[in-house]
Amino acid sequence: MIENIKGVSPYLIEGIQLTLLITIVGVLIGFVIGAFIGIGRLSKNKLIYSFSSIYVETIRGTPILVQIFFIYFGLSDLFGINFDKITASIIAIAINAGAYIAEIVRGGVQSIDKGQWEAGRSLGLTSSQTMRYIIWPQAFKRMIPPLGNQFIISLKDTSLFSAIAVNELLYQGKQFATTTFVYFEPYFMVGVFYLIITIPSMIVLRMVERRLDV
Amino acid sequence: MIHVKDLHKSFGTTEVLKGLTTEIKEKEVVCVIGPSGSGKSTFLRCLNLLEDITSGQVIMDGRDLTDPKTNINDVRTDVGMVFQHFNLFPHKTVLENITLAPIKVKGLSNQEAKDVAIPLLDKVGLSDKADVYPSSLSGGQKQRVAIARALAMNPKVMLFDEPTSALDPELVGEVLEVMKDLAKEGMTMVVVTHEMGFAREVGDRVFFIDEGIFMEEDTPENIFHNPQNPRTQEFLSKIL
Ligand SMILES: Nc1ncnc2c1ncn2[C@@H]1O[C@H](COP(=O)(O)OP(=O)(O)OP(=O)(O)O)[C@@H](O)[C@H]1O
Ligand SMILES: [Mg+2]
Repeated sequence: MIENIKGVSPYLIEGIQLTLLITIVGVLIGFVIGAFIGIGRLSKNKLIYSFSSIYVETIRGTPILVQIFFIYFGLSDLFGINFDKITASIIAIAINAGAYIAEIVRGGVQSIDKGQWEAGRSLGLTSSQTMRYIIWPQAFKRMIPPLGNQFIISLKDTSLFSAIAVNELLYQGKQFATTTFVYFEPYFMVGVFYLIITIPSMIVLRMVERRLDV
Repeated sequence: MIHVKDLHKSFGTTEVLKGLTTEIKEKEVVCVIGPSGSGKSTFLRCLNLLEDITSGQVIMDGRDLTDPKTNINDVRTDVGMVFQHFNLFPHKTVLENITLAPIKVKGLSNQEAKDVAIPLLDKVGLSDKADVYPSSLSGGQKQRVAIARALAMNPKVMLFDEPTSALDPELVGEVLEVMKDLAKEGMTMVVVTHEMGFAREVGDRVFFIDEGIFMEEDTPENIFHNPQNPRTQEFLSKIL
């Protein structure tokens, strides 16, 4: 038992690094996407609004596994775009988290009292200045807890990329299992490794939440 | 200073302002009174285009607000607005609340903006509060900061939408004092208010608005002691 745990651990340490890389880069890009799309969903411009809404509903309405297959196999088949597995994974997380983050951004911005807008505009600030200096800083504070949640969700979602043989945490455990025919310890330890990231994340999130009083 | 010509405003199919026409002169203090829902706030908000105008004209200091070529942000820097619920920026200190627009809109440096803000804080009696956040202020203090914030843009006109209605009674006086000082200095002011004492003391004219129409406009003296319109009489009998 201990032997097997010792045996699998180096693989998992490698795997979790890739899992974290995909999650962090993916969610950061997803945040940029989400910020634009989320604000787009509040736009009075019909075109921007429609595009943003279609994006959000399409992504939220399809499984992430379908999205990664589409990006990795589908695009390559039709357009000859060949992403390496890690890039494809990052894109999938970015696009997927982007849709959920867009909703977080929209909710955050909408939660700010309309009077803040009016005060900004009445002082002569443009709408983008009002957004940037008045609305966004207040809204962002309220977005932190759900963004933290999304990070944890995206982290767990990366395990699905084992389906395209990305050497992330779950795939590493699976590789060990299928080559050694030992199944309990690798999958148990894969779970433990996820928890090593998720539980402290949740604790930090709780603390931040309390600090922000939201 | 402000010309309003046949101003109409509808929200969807409901018409809230039904043809307002008036002229407000420089240095004049006009108080707008009327029942709830009569269109007082809407009228005020049309004067700086927080509401877009359905039809008619508002000419503010020579600039036609309904002309699409008019730069509305420019006009707004000349028109300060004070809200019932203060609408201070909670994530900024009192000083930052005041300096934000001068810095971002007028392009002043931090120091220049501070040099504008400090005397204004002094004027509203809050020099010691520059570095605190709005949440630690009383309602009356918040409203005085809001006035200073609007004044920092050096406006030619100040609009007040029930500036004391959200305040505890004992805090009303300090805000009215600041407004009286402003009036004395010759600021052009349009004030939606239920403070009849204020209207009487500093108002040059009082507009009584009901159902989106100026039912009566006259000196405070005449409006309060000798109202002509039965609607005005009825309204005043309820609140005085
Ligand atoms: N954004 C809006 N959409 C739809 N209707 C509105 C909107 N703003 C105001 N109204 C309606 O317009 C009418 C006039 O509103 P307004 O706020 O100007 O009244 P008011 O005289 O300021 O009243 P109060 O004394 O209660 O502040 C009301 O019937 C109100 O419901
Ligand atoms: Mg009102």
